Amino acid sequence: MRSFRRATMSFDMCLAIPALILSLDGDNAEVDIGGVQRRIGTMLTPQVKVGDYVLLHTGFSIGILKPEEAEQTLAAFRELAEISEIR
Amino acid sequence: MEFCGSHTHALLRYGIRDLLPPTITMKSGPGCPVCVTSTHDIDTAIAIAMTPQTIIATYGDLVRVPGTGGSLERARAAGADVRVVYSALDAIAIAEKNPSRQVVLVGIGFETTAPTVAASIVTASQKGLRNYRVLSLLKLTPPVMQALLQLGELRIDGILCPGHVSVITGLEPYGPIPTRFGVGCAVSGFEPLDMLRAIGLLVEQFESGSPSVVNAYERAVSVQGNTVAQQLIDRVLAPCNAEWRGLGCVPDSGLSLRPEYEMYDAAALFHPDVTESVEAAGCRCGDVLRGSISPQECPLFGTACTPEYPVGPCMVSHEGACAAHFTYSLTA
Repeated sequence: MRSFRRATMSFDMCLAIPALILSLDGDNAEVDIGGVQRRIGTMLTPQVKVGDYVLLHTGFSIGILKPEEAEQTLAAFRELAEISEIR
Repeated sequence: MEFCGSHTHALLRYGIRDLLPPTITMKSGPGCPVCVTSTHDIDTAIAIAMTPQTIIATYGDLVRVPGTGGSLERARAAGADVRVVYSALDAIAIAEKNPSRQVVLVGIGFETTAPTVAASIVTASQKGLRNYRVLSLLKLTPPVMQALLQLGELRIDGILCPGHVSVITGLEPYGPIPTRFGVGCAVSGFEPLDMLRAIGLLVEQFESGSPSVVNAYERAVSVQGNTVAQQLIDRVLAPCNAEWRGLGCVPDSGLSLRPEYEMYDAAALFHPDVTESVEAAGCRCGDVLRGSISPQECPLFGTACTPEYPVGPCMVSHEGACAAHFTYSLTA
């Protein structure tokens, strides 16, 4: 049970709508969304780099996910899970 | 209250409502863009769709929302060219392929969608497109939260704020909610643990009697938000009064095109005669959107009104509270 809980709390889950930037071309990018590739607009995140995870909304990247913050949130989630296990 | 329709769905889908102690009640708010679009605005979109040589581009669910005399889907059946798009950029592509026809994007959505619509207008201007227009029905989150609190119909002790709206806006626009109304705000992501954590923070704030704005979605939301997107909204769009289903006109709660971009404004070209808009008899979507009743309290819920044959938008939209309750808790 314990290991199952860990497994469901993978990093991917934390990314909500993870779209991985594969390549950039002006105001557009090719992204991978759970194995599906798509062309998106990057006008709203001009600082985006290949390898970033972005939040995707109606065909545009609207924000870049921060892995270090995601890690902190995961730590908070683990703490929550541990409290519920003690109970 | 969870403002966002996606939160409503996630709370029901993961059974979080049932897990919470009886002292915590979650009320669904007006955070579903399709649902809050007024019947009058839907009638306007339908009238534009029926204009010859016009193509309507719209996001998914809106085509099925009943107006006074039908829906965009019915208009399509009657010969109108209504196309469902995923992105405003798809509408731009349609305009490029159909230079002799006007392409009108029905721009619904909140702050998350607003910069994408603004980006499409800037793109149309860069490409020199003269046949792309936006019917802007965009709406703003913090003004309507304040209008709802002002109304005082419900005693709301904390607001679960929409994560992806906040990616754009940052935390500052929620400031007046704790200071003016004494109600705490927690920005939340959409995973079950995100929401539990944010609800926990709201309870802590309520118990300590010190409401503030907290960010419980740090991996996506920054204090200042997406400033590039904010600047793009400011460049192309300006606040205006907007009509909300269930709430009527809320001052400065919408976005319309600035005069410099008038040539992309559908409202400047089309003046459809939509005088008398009537909501479907018995539909209580307006009350559901204010959190005044739960979906199950509407007499049409699950009988005359189902996702297959919806009477009101809250049953149509994937983000609608009625559709969420119908899908996940019909037995409750």
